[in-house]
Amino acid sequence: MSRVGDTLFFENPVWVSTWAAAVGTKEGQGPLGAYFDYVTRDNRFGKKTWEQAESRMVELACEAALAKVGLELSQIDCALGGDLLNQCISTGFAARGLGLPYFGLYGACSTMAESLILGTVLVSGGFAGRTLCLASSHFCSAERQYRYPLEYGGQRPPTAQWTATACGAAVLQQEPTAVRVTAATPGRVYDPGITDANNMGAAMAQSAYETLRTFFRDSGTGPEDYDLMVTGDLASVGHGVVQELFRRDGVVLGDRYQDCGMMLFDQSQDVHAGASGCGCSAAVLCGRILPDLASGKLKKVLFCGTGAMMSPTSANQGESIPGICHLVCLEGGL
Amino acid sequence: MMYVKAFLVGGVICALSQVLIDRTRLTPARILSAYVVLGVILSGVGIWGPVVKFAGAGATVPLLGFGHTMAEGVKTAVQEQGFLGAFTGGLTASAGGIAAAVGFSLLAAFLFQPGDRS
Repeated sequence: MSRVGDTLFFENPVWVSTWAAAVGTKEGQGPLGAYFDYVTRDNRFGKKTWEQAESRMVELACEAALAKVGLELSQIDCALGGDLLNQCISTGFAARGLGLPYFGLYGACSTMAESLILGTVLVSGGFAGRTLCLASSHFCSAERQYRYPLEYGGQRPPTAQWTATACGAAVLQQEPTAVRVTAATPGRVYDPGITDANNMGAAMAQSAYETLRTFFRDSGTGPEDYDLMVTGDLASVGHGVVQELFRRDGVVLGDRYQDCGMMLFDQSQDVHAGASGCGCSAAVLCGRILPDLASGKLKKVLFCGTGAMMSPTSANQGESIPGICHLVCLEGGL
Repeated sequence: MMYVKAFLVGGVICALSQVLIDRTRLTPARILSAYVVLGVILSGVGIWGPVVKFAGAGATVPLLGFGHTMAEGVKTAVQEQGFLGAFTGGLTASAGGIAAAVGFSLLAAFLFQPGDRS
């Protein structure tokens, strides 16, 4: 393991042995529906509250990931996860059932990438043989958290994003498999001064640009070296801002640069500006990207989780929205 | 005929609030509060009374009507109680509406669970 600039390089790679995504009904009806391991028929997941439903969804994602390769929880050394709720209760309460040493994380919608980076560091440093990395979000619990409870019946503006009901879980290990983590760039927090919570994509775009730029500089590579570079949930506005920022540097990202928030739902699903939430990038990664790396359809991918580090309190106090972007470099094929 | 007038006037008021949702950053809560305040103002300057006569429920049901009710209540209370009426009038006049809102909401909460938005 070595470090150049902000980027960590894992010369002895850490391997991704299994993954799974559990999602809600709307996500199951979207363009990636067939790729998810568990699509619920009931967004309550059989529970009384939305928060309990999200915890249940986390359990289902973990169970599915472990079952795929016949792993028991006792074979995992620690878990790292986070979500959007106050005090991260949905993943925290799900961790009760895991019974593993547990790190609760908060990176807003970048939590999956953050979890993967820290999980990789633990395995690479020999502190864990296997880590379970996860992140989740649920539309209904997020509405209560950030806006109003559903009972309030408020109308969503056209620029609103739809918090994905989804959880992605992946296991990292020391033994070789089809997919590996070869590098990671922990992000720094950037604040372009945007105060509009309906324009979070633009608020996070700067951090995505900075982290990608830092990685390209530290690794001596460019966009042309990767089959896919994907941000978490910048949506169309933020996606365009990132492309424009690179264009000013004379760098063209091209079609290989996509955004999970734009991939999860179809325009016909009336989600306004696209998907957001920790579960968005986690589910797209575990449902689509990791399998494509394992099958060889993709060879080198940059998974860039993006998060808006704001709270309802900061928004009410008129604060701007800082953003962060964590980058994980994943490679497929042996 | 009254139904048509009520529908049109009420509809225009609601359409205006939809424009505010679509074109401004005002939250639903701010729009609702603004409507109450606007209703008080329009009532005070004598505009809303005639609109109520014209459109009936179309003017009283939207929150502009609620502001109007409060304003009328304050006028009556000030005539009866003097300065104290400025404090008692608004809530006294709207007490029925507020109690109904609280009561029916409670009933709904007992009987129903919020649906999932998807």
